[in-house]
Amino acid sequence: MATIGLAHYLAVAALLFGTGVFGIFLNRKNVIVILMSIELLLLAVNINLVAFSVELGDLAGQVFALFILTVAAAEAAIGLAILVVFFRNRGTIAVKDINTMKG
Amino acid sequence: MIETLVFYVFAITCVAAGVLVVTSRNPVYSVLFLILAFFNAAGLFVLAGAEFLAMLLIIVYVGAVAVLFMFVVMMLDITVAEMKNGFRAYLPIGLTVGAVFMAELVFVGLVFTMAPDAAANIQAAAPSPDTVHNTRALGQLIYTQYLYLFQAAGLILLVAMIGAIVLTHRKRRDSRKQVIREQLARRAEDAVVLKKVETGRGI
Repeated sequence: MATIGLAHYLAVAALLFGTGVFGIFLNRKNVIVILMSIELLLLAVNINLVAFSVELGDLAGQVFALFILTVAAAEAAIGLAILVVFFRNRGTIAVKDINTMKG
Repeated sequence: MIETLVFYVFAITCVAAGVLVVTSRNPVYSVLFLILAFFNAAGLFVLAGAEFLAMLLIIVYVGAVAVLFMFVVMMLDITVAEMKNGFRAYLPIGLTVGAVFMAELVFVGLVFTMAPDAAANIQAAAPSPDTVHNTRALGQLIYTQYLYLFQAAGLILLVAMIGAIVLTHRKRRDSRKQVIREQLARRAEDAVVLKKVETGRGI
């Protein structure tokens, strides 16, 4: 087995990102799982940033990953709050029912 | 050797947990697999040498975000049976889009080369881990060079917190609230009546 390098981390990140994209299309009935898929996407991006940061010896990548983590936490909080309000008003979280803004 | 083995254990578990997050029928299992995926990603970070981000991933994601997901999953009244319906129907398009996307990533990976001047464009050179450990190095960077961005990140979290409270807060009509104004306006002569009771007679 070869030593673990940049390519290995990039492969893991790519697989996680693909899984996240797959999950977004698969779970049309459940917005919560779509939000979890978005978290997976952001995690994959963070793995990429950390891998490049370590490979190049540049800490800026890890600082950037830190900010992505912050934004992801904020996004999850706001998204779930919107979801709770939507469920309170409509009694469903299926994506196909979210069409009241259609003209 | 042991590093390679540990990497593959973490990587395979992480990806498998990710797949199970999106394919689980029960959203509660999805959240639990999400936690597993985050833990293994934190292991990968430790292996890569980014210890601070690994701990942050566990504290922020597992400790806060995953628990938030768990709360919402259990708070909303979702029937698991209803969710099963669309699963089979959306599987082909999901697999197609996922496969196309993975193929694109593979193509990018095949032609990828590091830019020749990448080493010259380093923004913040990492000090040797033997002299300055990762957390200290990140702190020295965040509180000096990236201070304004760090403050902006805090502001984003504040806005998110206020937004979440404003969105989900609701007035309840059936709960009796304390009204300070009425309590302060109440005087002894309005509330209490003193009666002189004659001895031995009663009222």
